[in-house]
Amino acid sequence: MSERDELLELISSWDEIKKEGCAHNIRENGKSIERMSSEHIKIEPKADGSGLDIHIAPGTRGEKVAIPACVTAADINDLVYNDFYVGEDADVRIIAGCGIHVNNGEEARHSGIHRFFMGRNSKAVYEEKHIGKGGTHDTRRVIDPVTEVYMQEGSSLEMDTSQLGGVDSTKRVTKAELAAGARLVIKEHLLTTGNEKACTEFEVTLSGDDSAVDLVSRSVARDSSYQEYKSTITGNARCTGHSECDAIITGGGKVNASPALYAACEDASLIHEAAIGKIAGEQIMKLRTFGLSEEEAEAKIIEGFLK
Amino acid sequence: MLELRNISWSTPDGVPILRDLSLTIENTGLSVITGPNGGGKTTLAKVIAGLITPDKGTIMLDGEDITGLDVTQRAKRGISYAFQQPVRFKGLTVKDLLSLGSGKDLSDGEVCALLAKVGLCGRDYKDREVNASLSGGEIKRIEIASVLARPSRLVIFDEPEAGIDLWSFTGLIAAFEEMKREKKASQIIISHQERILDVADRIIVVENGSVAKDGSRDEILPSLVSIPSCPMRMREEERL
Repeated sequence: MSERDELLELISSWDEIKKEGCAHNIRENGKSIERMSSEHIKIEPKADGSGLDIHIAPGTRGEKVAIPACVTAADINDLVYNDFYVGEDADVRIIAGCGIHVNNGEEARHSGIHRFFMGRNSKAVYEEKHIGKGGTHDTRRVIDPVTEVYMQEGSSLEMDTSQLGGVDSTKRVTKAELAAGARLVIKEHLLTTGNEKACTEFEVTLSGDDSAVDLVSRSVARDSSYQEYKSTITGNARCTGHSECDAIITGGGKVNASPALYAACEDASLIHEAAIGKIAGEQIMKLRTFGLSEEEAEAKIIEGFLK
Repeated sequence: MLELRNISWSTPDGVPILRDLSLTIENTGLSVITGPNGGGKTTLAKVIAGLITPDKGTIMLDGEDITGLDVTQRAKRGISYAFQQPVRFKGLTVKDLLSLGSGKDLSDGEVCALLAKVGLCGRDYKDREVNASLSGGEIKRIEIASVLARPSRLVIFDEPEAGIDLWSFTGLIAAFEEMKREKKASQIIISHQERILDVADRIIVVENGSVAKDGSRDEILPSLVSIPSCPMRMREEERL
């Protein structure tokens, strides 16, 4: 299996996508190398060549679109702008993500700027995986994604994003603005090991009545890795906002979390929960009473936590 | 056969909890350990499961000295322990936990059968996380199911009745009786509950860190009225 195929499979279960024949675009080392639109989902390059416009026709239901990117050569600095226009009443699944494969001592970078324009009453599930492969020391794999979400009345978006090791440095920025009745669910899973560094920032503005956000970030910082978490939920209307930042630290891992809530309307109901700490001794002990070793127990707890 | 010989253990600040306690548990049968709160029952259970290492004494399992074996090693020898205060896990589902307990990936049907034994509907619970969203009674039942999932030769249940409602209690007793009939494992149940005492083959009263009484149910049960009990617990028992 080539490095590209391996990355594509890890990011987006590529075999499955291929068999289904859904709309897709593959980007490798800064260039589109394969593209296919479907009847209801059109993928077109932007006029200035900076990325893609993905138009999902109103009423499209049960379809998928996948636009994975990979970097398989050193010294690539890939910056791409992709815009998703999800038509009214559409209900689709969008798969993106990026994998970087470099060898020891090499550097590569990918920055994907994704904007989502969610039409009235549209619904989407967005899955995004980031991974790093290849060399194990002196690498510099950098992924800096920016996600902007603009949600019209009654629209709904569920974002499921994960980065489970191998990325040396990342700054993840997610911004969303919700109109009346819009619902946003964000589930983020992060694992950093070695000397990796991950910063994640969320800025969600609830501007319409009955809009809601549920933001759950679960992360594990191992070894000497460092993570920063920042979130701001602003309630400008009758709305509900919930954010939850849970982090497990092991070895010398460090996590710096700064959650913020800003209620600018008396009918805004905002909640934040945060918990950072090592794995509870009693959790390890419970799994050891099943015959697992301490290491096996820790691995199972982390696997479940990041699932 | 499990043999505890002259076991003593004190808290880190020197308060003696178990005092020269000796006890033998046969390979089958249901033994209930009862006695006043603070008498050392849970400590005794933890000493058997390997969660606490005794300061003095020897623990033998079928002739093997297991005193120096840790929790994992004792679990691998077939000792199972249901915690009095079950542990919660963010992310692990009920199915994950029961599968970890059984040592293999359980099918949905197997998960449902285990949960049915503790009065829970598998369809409603198998995919739920074992986290704070579960009530005290729910998590207690899942804890018991996780131990029933394990192939064991000695099972210790630490106050299994806590948090279990009247309707599920009958199912729980049936699960203990089934295990007794199967004769694959010996059961030690720490309990004050009369209905559990009623199904015991043997009752052991632990008081002040040592065995105060030990004999068949018929022999010991009539004498138990004299044991001072927590008023709250008495009320709970009356309800059940």
